[in-house]
Amino acid sequence: MSAVGRKRVPRTEARWVRWVLISLAVGLTIFFIVLPLAAVFIQAFDKGWAVWQAAVTEENARKAIFLSLMVTGIAVPLNVVFGLAAAWAITRFQFKGRNLLLTLIDIPFGVSPVVSGLIFVLVFGAQGWLGPWLADRDIQIIFAVPGIVLATVFVTFPFVARELIPLMQSQGSEEEEAAIVLGATAWQMFRRVTLPNIKWGLLYGVVLCTARSLGEFGAVSVVSGHIRGLTNTIPLHVEILYNEYNYTAAFAVASLLSVVAVVTLLLKKVLEWKTREART
Amino acid sequence: MKRIVPIILASLLTSVLFATGPVKLLNVSYDPTRELYQDFNAAFAKYWKAKTGVDVEINQSHGGSGAQSRSVIDGLQADVVTLGLAYDIDAIAEKAKILPTDWQTRLPNNSTPYTSTIVFLVRKGNPKHIKEWSDAVRDGVAVITPNPKTSGGARWSYLAAWGYALRHDNNDDAKARAFVTHLYKNVPVLDSGARGSTATFAQRGLGDVLLSWENEAHLALKEFGADKFEIVYPSESILAEPPVAVVDKIAAKHGTTEVAKAYLNYLYTDEGQEIAARNFYRPRNEKVTAKYAASFPKLTLFTIDQVFGGWQKAQAKHFGDGGVFDQIYQAK
Repeated sequence: MSAVGRKRVPRTEARWVRWVLISLAVGLTIFFIVLPLAAVFIQAFDKGWAVWQAAVTEENARKAIFLSLMVTGIAVPLNVVFGLAAAWAITRFQFKGRNLLLTLIDIPFGVSPVVSGLIFVLVFGAQGWLGPWLADRDIQIIFAVPGIVLATVFVTFPFVARELIPLMQSQGSEEEEAAIVLGATAWQMFRRVTLPNIKWGLLYGVVLCTARSLGEFGAVSVVSGHIRGLTNTIPLHVEILYNEYNYTAAFAVASLLSVVAVVTLLLKKVLEWKTREART
Repeated sequence: MKRIVPIILASLLTSVLFATGPVKLLNVSYDPTRELYQDFNAAFAKYWKAKTGVDVEINQSHGGSGAQSRSVIDGLQADVVTLGLAYDIDAIAEKAKILPTDWQTRLPNNSTPYTSTIVFLVRKGNPKHIKEWSDAVRDGVAVITPNPKTSGGARWSYLAAWGYALRHDNNDDAKARAFVTHLYKNVPVLDSGARGSTATFAQRGLGDVLLSWENEAHLALKEFGADKFEIVYPSESILAEPPVAVVDKIAAKHGTTEVAKAYLNYLYTDEGQEIAARNFYRPRNEKVTAKYAASFPKLTLFTIDQVFGGWQKAQAKHFGDGGVFDQIYQAK
């Protein structure tokens, strides 16, 4: 960017223009974000605390919550390992295909979740490439928990890596080189130097990854088979309740996801602030 | 925490590998049968326990009939399928080859233990005076119906309209086509399944008339209040036959063939028929039909075999890729 561009543009807008723009932005935020979020909670507690509690502790709801937590518990650690490995490779080494790897990591961002789900149906479905082979060995991937895990891992793939790459790039590798020169083993260097440097960024990635894992609907919907109590995650359970005219229960369960969203937002703010602190 | 993880993984693995406990059945069904099978599954589990001493747990999956059929073809492990129309089970037999193509001859009444039809759900007082199929094609009437490509109910609705037109216009195919084209010109939004359309009509308040499964219309009255909507029976409609079948190869693999067969047969018993009738499906059993006669007004019902020569023909002509529905809906 040129020096001129970075200069602060003097405020020339008339007062009313500023006023209109600000109230427009605030108004839209209230209309599109605050109101719907409030509506979820109002609907959820529409029939009182007891009904809300019954809806989120009912057997199928409990199983959906357990499944979502389990899938997240598998997907997030996998993505942490992958994200660390990818960020390390990309920021510390120059190799052929480095840019290709960077692009590939971003694919899940660009692909519609429905397509992500269909990819797995095409590969692992009974009529898919590996379908007959899997069927012979009695392995069920699609329409079972493994398929849901795969789809979730796929859509959350970029979160950790994308967060770490710019952070590690800006930090450079001098401190790590110093550690090695001073006789640290690779593991010591990673634990004592790299990890402390990137921990806030890593946590930030984990938070985003967790939120998306819990909330993913499209890809999971395609591979789930919608079997109540077996392959329904929280968002799918919300849809089922809604389709059964059970609006209060649907919003009660949805309110759980909204709480996750709000907590994510708060954590995000804290971690953003911590990351910026770490970078300077 | 470190200790818990292996324990959870191990217990998951064992629960997957050595599934014990109750016998499990998966019933893959279409959209509007949720309430029906909730009642029926409880009744069957009680009956089976009394008869054999074995606990049976029935899992349900619901969605648009065509989409559910597709899932079973792609490997959804259904022991039984209870779908919206015969073609969707034919497709499973043809493409996945996990049940024989003559499946429909194995149970009484074309493997259809209950029937239904397509009726109109209108707003209270019927402000647009929709009494007949010909009223639904009038200008200025907004019609809500799901997408025939994915929804069984929508295909029955489409064929009901087509059949009505044929029977009122000397079997003139071109005129029937014009009639149905008009009908779909009046459709502002196509949802993917019956439930979605009911919500669009009842919850979001779109449209003047919902072309609905009879049972779904009754359910909407029950859920949203009889003071908001009313059901209108046209003079004629189609006899909708939602069939059921055991998926042989999957049931054999799970060792559930016997219980799966008993499950479907139980639909034909007096109790099964009563449960169907209470959920607004027309029973086959004459005794139960007589008992619930008040719930099911008489109207002329033509069958798909009479008017269209069966599902295979109807599917190929109307709902296949580039079929009549594609042509008239694109032309919109």
